[in-house]
Amino acid sequence: MEKELRLMKGNEAIAEAAIRAGVDGYFGYPITPQSEILEYLMEANPYERTGMVVLQAESEIAAINMVYGGAGCGKKVMTSSSSPGISLKQEGISYIAGAELPCLIVNVVRAGPGLGTIQPAQSDYFQSVKGGGHGDYHLIVLAPASVQDMADFVEVGFDLAFKYRNPVLILSDGAIGQMMEKVYLKPYIPRSTVFPEWATTGKTASRERNIITSLDLDPDGQEDFNHKLQAKYDDIKKNEVRFEEFMCEDAEYILIAYGTSARVCQKSVQIARGQGIRVGLLRPITLFPFPSVRISQLAEKVKGMLSVEMSAGQMVEDVLLAVNGKVPVRHFGRMGGIVTTPDEVVDTLKTLFIGGK
Amino acid sequence: MAKIRGSIVVDVEKCKGCEVCMVSCPTGTIAMAKEVNSKGYFNAYPANPELCIGCASCAIVCPDGVITVYKTKI
Amino acid sequence: MKEATGIKEIIKPENLAYQRTEVLVDNTLSYCPGCGHGTTHRILAELIEELGLQSTTIGVSPVGCSVLLYHYLDVDIQQAAHGRAPAVATAIKRLLPDSFVFTYQGDGDLAAIGTSETIHACNRGENILIIFVNNGIYGMTGGQMAPTTIPGMKSSTSPFGRDVKTMGNPLKMTDIVATLDGTYYVTRQSVHTPANVRRAKKAMRKAIEYQKLNRGTCFVEIVSNCPSGWKMTPVESNKWMEANMFPYYPLGDLKVPSEEKGK
Repeated sequence: MEKELRLMKGNEAIAEAAIRAGVDGYFGYPITPQSEILEYLMEANPYERTGMVVLQAESEIAAINMVYGGAGCGKKVMTSSSSPGISLKQEGISYIAGAELPCLIVNVVRAGPGLGTIQPAQSDYFQSVKGGGHGDYHLIVLAPASVQDMADFVEVGFDLAFKYRNPVLILSDGAIGQMMEKVYLKPYIPRSTVFPEWATTGKTASRERNIITSLDLDPDGQEDFNHKLQAKYDDIKKNEVRFEEFMCEDAEYILIAYGTSARVCQKSVQIARGQGIRVGLLRPITLFPFPSVRISQLAEKVKGMLSVEMSAGQMVEDVLLAVNGKVPVRHFGRMGGIVTTPDEVVDTLKTLFIGGK
Repeated sequence: MAKIRGSIVVDVEKCKGCEVCMVSCPTGTIAMAKEVNSKGYFNAYPANPELCIGCASCAIVCPDGVITVYKTKI
Repeated sequence: MKEATGIKEIIKPENLAYQRTEVLVDNTLSYCPGCGHGTTHRILAELIEELGLQSTTIGVSPVGCSVLLYHYLDVDIQQAAHGRAPAVATAIKRLLPDSFVFTYQGDGDLAAIGTSETIHACNRGENILIIFVNNGIYGMTGGQMAPTTIPGMKSSTSPFGRDVKTMGNPLKMTDIVATLDGTYYVTRQSVHTPANVRRAKKAMRKAIEYQKLNRGTCFVEIVSNCPSGWKMTPVESNKWMEANMFPYYPLGDLKVPSEEKGK
């Protein structure tokens, strides 16, 4: 089957892409602004189309633990939610990381803290890239900036999840989830019939029993396991960094922005260049692993960097670590569900780095 | 008439001396040892083996599954 | 001496009347002496062997004393977060519908933190077996009050006895799930005497067979003891259980499938 062109919401695209990517199970709970994922899946007859199981759970907590159960069987399973719901899932995500299970989690971020509002934000960055739940662990975090990315990152996410036996998070936001764009949908991948050797699929006579757990009461064993996890995260940092650059070659100033903010900043670059200011944009696609090495290289040749996020300034801390004092790094962002405008970014850049508007 | 005779074997080192088998034995075959096993438990043992009828009540109720039962007609 | 010789003659393979199933791994159980967990593990293991289910069984262990269930049963097992076993089992059974899926949970896990997952899995009628070991106390953390602690019962967080006016009433989860349309067979058993073990095993066997027929959720409560938490000898704890727990949690079937009625 050829690629199919459709006009879809980001949330719908992720749902359709999941069916086509051969996902075995989706477990979710309604929350704005991501409920279309569950709604779409319920309407699209995935069980009839591919045998994909879709279940509306009684809570986000149940949903993430269903993901644990399905992932423990070696199945391609996923859940989605928005910020308050993702907070509820954190214990389960920590268990999934601790049991080294592959899965896909989608966070269509809304503004917080607390119930906040249903408008888009990027204020869950720390929670996403620093762990989120208890213990020393990381998710692989992908940041889509378009409806196309929403669709494509399902397959990318599962590939990474199974490659590293690690949960993958798609960190989207209410804007990308809700907006409609054209999207090319990939042909179907059949659901897998072969399962990893570690999966609980029933102990056959030819193997030892498989146990899925994150428990090791022996501190030496637990420390060894933590070292193993850290070594895995080092591999991920080495191999899986993804980012995009826009007009960085001759830039004097670099905007660092992901997701919705990266789209806004692309326009800001054009506006600034129209005013004779040489600005470039670095868009991290993976937030963990973070493109620290590239940012450090760029810091050698620019005058300053502005981290633009719809938050009080979270990713800016990783930019500061990468830049390590070589050039000034500042943050700009709107909060509470307000999407930054391109002009605001340019004005802020001028105020902070050049002086005057 | 044939008489049913039984016998039990207690895995002494795994016995935790809970006495549940002793009180469940219908014939008074089992008692607790006067000396402890290597874990410090007074383990169960067939103190009156001639009374055993091989009913397996002790084994069925043993939380640690340490009793094996044999039974024959003589 | 004559008797002793006779006994040696009895101990021969052909006379074997009972031995521990190989589905129970040869690890010393971590449970306290006299604890009903061991017996419950064993009858489950025996049924897995007798019904030929080892290669299709996927169990879910809880957080609590039985967290290490996977050390003892020679089947594939997932260890769930506290209270979440029914959600974990839901996904396993839905994704591997031909497997035998059970959860094994204590009263803190199932009736406190996992109340929601328990009720909703039962209400959806998930084709799983939930084994609920109720000893009225949090055993592993040191004998704190559980939702199932009976009125007046002492624990480390109800040191003067459970006062229902301030600490609430014991939660009869088994009675609750029996009212849900999704449950098919709900029963309450014990494993403290040979006769009770036989009855509990028979009940569990039925539950497993119903799962094969996709009948809905089967729920087997085992009212059990906690000699350490109750601060009694095992034999005393069993007597106390009969005198105090059983009146509150009476043994027997709470929901019998219509196909069984009249049998």
